[in-house]
Amino acid sequence: MTQSTPTTRERLLAGGDERLIPLRHWGRWVAAVIVLALLALLIRAFAAGDIDWDVVGEFFTAPTIIRGLVNTIVISILAMVLGIALGVVFAVMRMSRNPVTNAVAGLYIWFFRGTPVLLQLLLWFNLALVFPSINLGFWQGDMVDIMTPFLAALLGLGINEGAYMTEIVRGGILSVNRGQTEAALTLGMSHTGTMSRIVLPQAMRVIIPTMGNEFIGLLKNSSMAAVIAYAELLRASQKIYFVNYKVMELLIVAAAWYLIVVTVFTIGQMYLERYFGRGQSHVTHVPWTRRFLSTLFKTHAVMPEPPKVDDEEDRP
Amino acid sequence: MTPVPMLLADGVRKSYGDNEVLCGIDLEVTPGEVMCLLGPSGSGKSTFLRCINRLERIDGGRLWVDGERVGYRRHKGALHEMTDRQLCRFRTQTAMVFQHFNLFPHMTVLGNVTIGPVKVKREPKAEAVTRAHELLDRVGLGEKATAYPRQLSGGQQQRVAIARALAMRPKLMLFDEPTSALDPELVGEVLAVMKDLGDSGMTMVVVTHEVGFAREAADTVVFMDGGVVVEAGSPDRVLGSPQHERTRAFLSKVPV
Repeated sequence: MTQSTPTTRERLLAGGDERLIPLRHWGRWVAAVIVLALLALLIRAFAAGDIDWDVVGEFFTAPTIIRGLVNTIVISILAMVLGIALGVVFAVMRMSRNPVTNAVAGLYIWFFRGTPVLLQLLLWFNLALVFPSINLGFWQGDMVDIMTPFLAALLGLGINEGAYMTEIVRGGILSVNRGQTEAALTLGMSHTGTMSRIVLPQAMRVIIPTMGNEFIGLLKNSSMAAVIAYAELLRASQKIYFVNYKVMELLIVAAAWYLIVVTVFTIGQMYLERYFGRGQSHVTHVPWTRRFLSTLFKTHAVMPEPPKVDDEEDRP
Repeated sequence: MTPVPMLLADGVRKSYGDNEVLCGIDLEVTPGEVMCLLGPSGSGKSTFLRCINRLERIDGGRLWVDGERVGYRRHKGALHEMTDRQLCRFRTQTAMVFQHFNLFPHMTVLGNVTIGPVKVKREPKAEAVTRAHELLDRVGLGEKATAYPRQLSGGQQQRVAIARALAMRPKLMLFDEPTSALDPELVGEVLAVMKDLGDSGMTMVVVTHEVGFAREAADTVVFMDGGVVVEAGSPDRVLGSPQHERTRAFLSKVPV
């Protein structure tokens, strides 16, 4: 190691008080201004366009629309619950060593993922053409009466969702280390207990973000149930504009409600993710507002804090 | 009458496809004994350990834990393979500590230690919690009951895993390379807990690379290679004056 002469060293150290100028991100500012300008143009165009905003306001809380909204939410939640239940059952079947259950689960995924949802909705709704009546021995009835638009929508959307959920749940289960299962079995837990107490809760961490997407997709797909006369949000707005011809206004009402519901559920999903992420201490929450502003104004994005490791007792 | 051996193996064989991992293992562990299994990787030590609590099925030979055939029940003069439920009950007699701890990351330390007694043995929760605190004190982690595994060092996690195993009041404890995944400075604290456990009379089978621990804590040292027991005996004999060339070659390569 060569040492600098005392004079150079002193000169370098003496210069410590200079002002530091951080890098200015001019490019970011220019891009932000351009995008905002374009956005303003778009908003102006719609404000000035031939849209009767009073009609939008008037029908926003109309009883028909609200009933449609409630039906949309109800069918989406019920179909999702059915989808999750089917997904867990078929995922376990798909991963079983029993070749029969395995193949049946494969067949289920193949059919319900391979055909359009709209077609499946029509299939369920028209089931009476194949089975005019049901006879359960102790009870019988006509299929036309049983297969209401509600039931057809529930089965169509739920069973279709189940096929996707099967693959999502299976991916989640596979993401959990095999050692977790072994540790649980070693403690004397049954296969069912191991799955429900150890594996699935950990799989949820992987499943939930994807499941959130699925739910949003399902919520929007539920609009297809309009075709089989289920009185959900889109059908409700159609019913109104068939009468008053305010097509665009009522579609805006429906779109606004879809956005509101999706936003509310997205926030719910965030809390759910935090719950199932417990024990994962490196998942530190940074509010999006802070993250957003920091990328514009600071040179470094705010990094989540590193996990805290307490090592005071580590000495042998 | 001699006491029932805690573990008895008679010609245990196990293969994966064409690869024979265990080629006839004969061993006996008496109650209170600490046995260390040494040997190069791939010699079948871990596989043998996993056969004892039937995480793996054996392809030949016989295994008994405390006089009970592993994986089978005697009924009307025949041996029936255990059902899932019977196997669960059987597994509560042995406990296992893993190389990678395998603590449940979504539960606190207390949750990890109480889940076995509460959910499997159906003990009252309050009782299990009291005992969990005692066990955590015993492994020196009384303060960490509310922490999550991620917040602990490797050595602390492994000591929690030992407490979790002890909570089931096992007759026989199996250790599968418990210190192999630890940073060198954390090995000592785990070995100290294990030594303590052996001194208190727990029957233990330990797969390890820590020759020092084997010398100090084991009653019997078994050297395995290529799926067979090469030699077995007291630590002084097997480690001090090994009879076989393979044992000598192995011992010359591992740090003592």
